[in-house]
Amino acid sequence: MATTLFDKLWHEHEVMALSERESLLYIDRIFLHERTGSVALNSLLENNRVVRRRRHAFCTMDHIVDTLPGRSDDTLMPSGREFIVATRSAAHETGIQLFDIADKDQGIVHVISPELGIALPGLSLICPDSHTCTLGGLGALAWGVGSTEAEHALATSTLRVIKPRNMRVNFTGALGSGVTAKDLILYTIRSLSAAGGAGYAIEFVGPAIDALPVESRLTLCNMATELSAFTALIAPDQKVLDFCRGRRFAPEGSVWDQAAAHWQALRSDEGACFDAVRQIDTGSLKPQLSWGTSPQHCIDWDDSVPAVSDAPDEKSAMAWQRAQDYMGVTGGSQLSDYRLDAVFIGSCTNSRLSDLQLAASYLRRTGHRVAKGVKALCVPGSGQVKRAAEAEGLDDIFRSAGFEWREPGCSMCFFAGGESFGQGVRVASTTNRNFEGRQGLGVRTHIASPLTVVASACAGYLVADTSV
Amino acid sequence: MTPFTQHAGVAMPLRRGNIDTDTIIPSREMRTVSRSGLAAGLFAPWRYSDPDARCENPDFVFNQPAYRDASILLAGENFGCGSSREHAVWALLESGFRAIVAPSFATIFHNNAQRNGLLTVELADSAIDALTQWVSADPQRNTVRIDLDICTIAYDPHQAVLSFSIDATTRNMLLNGLDEIGLTEQSMDRIAAFEERDQPTRPWVYLEER
Repeated sequence: MATTLFDKLWHEHEVMALSERESLLYIDRIFLHERTGSVALNSLLENNRVVRRRRHAFCTMDHIVDTLPGRSDDTLMPSGREFIVATRSAAHETGIQLFDIADKDQGIVHVISPELGIALPGLSLICPDSHTCTLGGLGALAWGVGSTEAEHALATSTLRVIKPRNMRVNFTGALGSGVTAKDLILYTIRSLSAAGGAGYAIEFVGPAIDALPVESRLTLCNMATELSAFTALIAPDQKVLDFCRGRRFAPEGSVWDQAAAHWQALRSDEGACFDAVRQIDTGSLKPQLSWGTSPQHCIDWDDSVPAVSDAPDEKSAMAWQRAQDYMGVTGGSQLSDYRLDAVFIGSCTNSRLSDLQLAASYLRRTGHRVAKGVKALCVPGSGQVKRAAEAEGLDDIFRSAGFEWREPGCSMCFFAGGESFGQGVRVASTTNRNFEGRQGLGVRTHIASPLTVVASACAGYLVADTSV
Repeated sequence: MTPFTQHAGVAMPLRRGNIDTDTIIPSREMRTVSRSGLAAGLFAPWRYSDPDARCENPDFVFNQPAYRDASILLAGENFGCGSSREHAVWALLESGFRAIVAPSFATIFHNNAQRNGLLTVELADSAIDALTQWVSADPQRNTVRIDLDICTIAYDPHQAVLSFSIDATTRNMLLNGLDEIGLTEQSMDRIAAFEERDQPTRPWVYLEER
């Protein structure tokens, strides 16, 4: 019978059926970080349990650790040190591999797991972090869980999972120049809604997907959680295999050959049945900008902010009004009407080498500098990204344009009590969430691609790159 | 885990859609490596006019005397979207909530809730409208009763009882307060057998012990 890629992966990892809809799934890799992983590890130890396969579990410091140069266990977050010390101690006690603050491979969990070959096509991978769906870009079966489920996976190498339904999202048409995977996913969320993927595992297909470089596929799948999807997937192709080959934890020699052959068969069969199919035309797609406080509140960068009176129903009207009050924008205005205070390039969505190259190429091409009064941050996603960027001189380009160049980590994607932009500050950000208060109390976040963010930084207001 | 069988209590309407876990418990309120100490941070951005000073916003529903002992939350669609933080569930439980009623829930939040004995009930928006109307008239007197055994919500004696459907597995876990890890540990032989037949097919999965 014709089978979807998701169903193949589900079946491949099924230890046993628990009921009609629930299965015990084998978990190939577990990744933890100091924010929520520490709770899982501590609870495991308190219950006198051990990590069943410690070589299959990894941990990084990314969420709380500072990104300022010369950082240590002390953090700007008041109790941050406690999380870092507790995570280190629990990682040592359980014997799992930790990428500690000074480790050359330290970085944001969803940036380093593909980089190190910990995430590979077809592997099941969980992390107590909602953006774990990022790894679907490699064709991995990866999804975010809570701390209790992470503890379950550590203790048993499995999870009890209710099977989601299958959705296919077909992108027709090619992406125009200056339009990125970030614009594609923002447009998808805007089209399907922030709950549009609830209960589904989504497979992204189409010519636009085939053409996407691997890092862009990671960006696309990263925000499947902003659709409330269980996860997203892209069938692995030769590009993915080339990307994975030679990575630190990837197989070698004859085992590589066996793996590569296995991975090439990981695709939905012709005629496989999906519970839902969505079609999105990407041919005329423009750079996207968020205007509100949900990732579904997005518009083409040169469109007007929607008027509350145009809302489809009373509940949307109330939500739009609330969002516009919080964001300090009014219906009918253009986002370029508002002065920008800060920009942020980074996060598990957009902190990989190609993201930094894209932003730096704009600075190099235009010779523009960050506009006066705009605070600008660039935070590479990992030690590897940072070193590769520095080898190309990207750090100099960012610095001379007026950006701060930071150490790897999640940084100001969210506010944990340490660094923030400040009340009422308007930020253009390559991150994934524009929720009220996400980047700090009263901070007004506009999410966009690295290209749009860097162009906005130089303009001093929200604008797409119109230099090409 | 505390089982959930029946529960009756004050229901608090907070009907906005897409209430995210950053709003339920902001990252800055998660101050210790612990499942507790989170109640004061629940809905902090809305509940306080100045969260640092814990200065209450009197307009927020949870600060109104009639709702201070609420144990059932009536919410909007896609409740609990965003971050996977289980702290959102722990903060709700620590604040006395036993059940959330909404048109839909984000998956990770739903899973986290189930594993901590917090019931999530999906009901049509119109049914939650009716509940909201009943409750709002006199929150302390007009309580709501949820029975997971027969999957019903009873409220206004002049209205029909509302039925809801829930996944059989989830219901069983909640009714019996089962510890999932303990349950799975009974199948360790099945897991070992899986590995034995999987390893020759996918040897790259099984990293050697150092």
